[in-house]
Amino acid sequence: MPDLNKLRGPSRLVAALLVAASLAGCNTVVLNPAGDVAAQSGNLVIIATLLMLIIIVPVIVLILLFAFKYRESNEPADYDPEWHHSTVLELVIWSVPLLIIIALGALTWIYTHKLDPYRPLDRIDANRPLAADVKPLEVEVVAMDWKWLFIYPEQGIATINELAAPVDRPIRFKLTATTTMNAFYVPDLAGMIYAMPSMQTQLNAVINKPGVYKGMSSHYSGSGFAGMTFKFHGLSNGDFDAWVQKAKTEGATLDRAEYVKLEKPSERDPVRLFSTVDSTLYHAVLNRCVEAGKMCMDEIMAKDAMANMKARAAAGKSVSLIPEDDVCTVANAPAVVASLGEPAPGTPVAQ
Amino acid sequence: MSVATNVSHDPLLGRLTWNDIPMVHEPIVLWTFIAVVLGGLVVVAGITKFKLWGPLWKNWICSIDHKNIGIMYMILGLVMFLRGFADAIMMRGQQALAAGESMGYLPPHHYDQIFTAHGVIMIFFVAMPFVTGLMNYLVPLQIGARDVAFPFLNNFSFWMTTSGAVLVMASLFVGEFSTLGWLALSGLGEYHPGVGLDYYIWALQIAGVGTTLSGINLIVTIIKMRAPGMNLMKMPIFTWTSLCTNALIVASFPILTAVLVLMTLDRYVGTNFFTNELGGNPMLYVNLIWIWGHPEVYILILPAFGVFSEIVATFSRKRLFGYTSMVYATVCITILSWLVWLHHFFTMGSGASVNSFFGITTMIISIPTGAKIFNWLFTMYRGRIKFTVPMLWTVGFMLTFTIGGMTGVLLAVPPADFVLHNSLFLIAHFHNVIIGGVVFAVFAGINYWYPKAFGYRLDEFWGKASFWFWFFGFWVAFTPLYVLGLMGVTRRVNHYEDTSLQIYFIIAAFGAVLIALGIACFFIQLFVSYLKRDQLRDVTGDCWNGRTLEWATSSPPPQYNFAFTPAVHDSDAWWDMKKHSYKRKLDGFVEIHMPKNTGAGFVISMIALVFGFAMIWHMWWIAGISFAGIVLASIIHTFNYKRDYYIPASEVAATEEERTQLLARHV
Repeated sequence: MPDLNKLRGPSRLVAALLVAASLAGCNTVVLNPAGDVAAQSGNLVIIATLLMLIIIVPVIVLILLFAFKYRESNEPADYDPEWHHSTVLELVIWSVPLLIIIALGALTWIYTHKLDPYRPLDRIDANRPLAADVKPLEVEVVAMDWKWLFIYPEQGIATINELAAPVDRPIRFKLTATTTMNAFYVPDLAGMIYAMPSMQTQLNAVINKPGVYKGMSSHYSGSGFAGMTFKFHGLSNGDFDAWVQKAKTEGATLDRAEYVKLEKPSERDPVRLFSTVDSTLYHAVLNRCVEAGKMCMDEIMAKDAMANMKARAAAGKSVSLIPEDDVCTVANAPAVVASLGEPAPGTPVAQ
Repeated sequence: MSVATNVSHDPLLGRLTWNDIPMVHEPIVLWTFIAVVLGGLVVVAGITKFKLWGPLWKNWICSIDHKNIGIMYMILGLVMFLRGFADAIMMRGQQALAAGESMGYLPPHHYDQIFTAHGVIMIFFVAMPFVTGLMNYLVPLQIGARDVAFPFLNNFSFWMTTSGAVLVMASLFVGEFSTLGWLALSGLGEYHPGVGLDYYIWALQIAGVGTTLSGINLIVTIIKMRAPGMNLMKMPIFTWTSLCTNALIVASFPILTAVLVLMTLDRYVGTNFFTNELGGNPMLYVNLIWIWGHPEVYILILPAFGVFSEIVATFSRKRLFGYTSMVYATVCITILSWLVWLHHFFTMGSGASVNSFFGITTMIISIPTGAKIFNWLFTMYRGRIKFTVPMLWTVGFMLTFTIGGMTGVLLAVPPADFVLHNSLFLIAHFHNVIIGGVVFAVFAGINYWYPKAFGYRLDEFWGKASFWFWFFGFWVAFTPLYVLGLMGVTRRVNHYEDTSLQIYFIIAAFGAVLIALGIACFFIQLFVSYLKRDQLRDVTGDCWNGRTLEWATSSPPPQYNFAFTPAVHDSDAWWDMKKHSYKRKLDGFVEIHMPKNTGAGFVISMIALVFGFAMIWHMWWIAGISFAGIVLASIIHTFNYKRDYYIPASEVAATEEERTQLLARHV
């Protein structure tokens, strides 16, 4: 358990409950994970539950008590057949839940922003802030029918159905899919996030303990879904480098032709390593233009945006093209637009 | 991406071939089919032997009496419930077996159809018919009306719903059913060339027509046909919840219809609304289906709240606590149910502010819902609680639903949802509220109003046995799923590697067996009660010392419900009448204007069924003819001017005289 006994106040109670839960005999990974992001979500599950128990426990006790006390055979109990209104009670039964929801709502607002999967991490765990110069490990994830492709742009390698990361180094996932929606989920690492075709989602997380963790698709995606699992290895820096080296020496080459073969539906694929990856592959998958001759979606959208802009300009309306708004893949939008040989985006087109 | 282009197409049979009959190669389906055929033959033989075809056609199939239609909805719900539960048992069996080396007994393609069918059937063809059945039977009686506003439409709605159910059942024996989950969320048209998704589309479209029309019908009934004196704030709570539910139906079902139409276009004419290409967007589908899907949850639960409100007041022999706040809570829930749909996919990456908004709106719904729980609680306070079977279900509901509500609010916290979404925790949560809420309400309601519909009470012993098996069965079946969810186990897997999980699935399967016993006890209860009907007979029409108007008339009520339209002075109208020593009026009967039975609804629905089947199999010529048939039959029906008749005063007098003598004999 990551450093929970250093916590103070209510967090300590939470920690105690966590221990209780883990002692209960089942491996409740959601409440007791090995990564800081997942741990914060798990803590929130417990805090929210405790907050609600403030009202749930009395309600259940009262249900049982009233059911017992006012049973028909208990003649001495009060009986008041016309009593049906009490302003004080009404105030209580609306305002107490309201107060709890206000508390829970505030908690929700804060933690939803804090634990937004898109937000870069600012700490390694509860006690260690992230140094400013640490660059997260980039991993590009493609959910395929029915396997996972992980591309490491920094290392220039790729894997099928195996993921590894150094302990305590932030990981930044970018995710997409080939045909249908999936969800990327490593319970020990962080909450799940959908991987969707021609869409990109992101997830920031960190693993704090070395180990081998379960990973899976948690969004049903067809007949091979149940076998769409992988192992996530939390490794020390040295072990991670060795793992990368292994891929470099043993792996095959992942070019576009190989990818098209890989894309064909298959189930329960063994782990595969690739020593070199076409560096534009992920972009091509995301924009559905891996096959030769297909135009990439960001290019189509940029062209459409240009055409619309021209049409609006011709109609006498003032227009401007803002790549961030009009072109799907923000990162390389200016490059795409520039490649079209059109006027620089963002500059108003004078009429 | 039209599917038709790459599938062989016969001009007569479309894409239907001998290979599409699954029982040829699947023994489970073959045995089911044999059982269904044998069962069907027994029923047909029985009807023929006892010469029941005539009465069946005249009094039931063509009936536009809201009471008969209500009962038929309940029967439809019960029949489909058995099918949906069979699916559940098969799933539990598969998951109890399929650990590690063992792959269980169901291949993925079959397992995927089963969980899809389970969800579709339980929501659309079990919960919806049950809820609609209760509303149909009770609303006109509770508001002192003689029937619903559009009696023919009511019959038509029922048969359209049944046609949808028949289509789903047909998919078991001809072709296959969808493998995409109950909302067809995963993958769309272009990747699923089979007929499964088409069965899904057409079954829901046809049944959806029935649901929408029935919603309109009940709204108009409640707004226009209340007895004099019953202003909105004097309506029984069940009628209030019905009004809100039907408002939700009318506002939300068109969204479902539109989504299904767009999906149909994607599949049949090659548009790209929800595909990945040419600007299509599957995320649009997810949003639209849940904009319908979340109000649907409240469509089911609101009438359940209504049922419990009636029961808790009756058996606590006390006026409902906080009627006004109950009404406002219901209306709040109705409105808020439109502001929460995104909580079904926080994990799609909408961003923190959007997720927080929908998380917090979801939590806010728990406030009016919590107020309702308190209102029932304080109705029991200082009451004289009689623990009849309906009251047991009510207390069981309050305990179970409270927990289900808590886990629901927990799932509304987005960061918590990120680690629990799509897990078995989620499955446990929504079964906790749908079984603990809707199913418990249906059994409570059946036990409570059965004497009204049939004139005799249901056996207590078997009713209690059924309740206890259900109550403990539920917790045994779903507690392990909560735990498995916390262990990071996802839904819809037909196999898992980690054998240490197996014990939880075995416990869950055992829970499902307990529930099966509960269901068996319920059917035994119906059977035993029928045998003991003379002992259990109620001649007063008010066997529970009821509070609302349905108890003011005889059990079962005469065709016209009330000889004289009652005058209402209180929300507990019948209680109020009894308190002021109401005397039944015994003379001065007048003729009563009633709607006339017709077979048109049945005929049009059956043609719609043929149309749906032909569209699924691309039998274009049959589809064309049957569509023309629907239009033609509807036009012909408009020329039927013999829509109504008068029950003569003498007949009313005779019926009422009979009741007077019956009451006198049993004083």
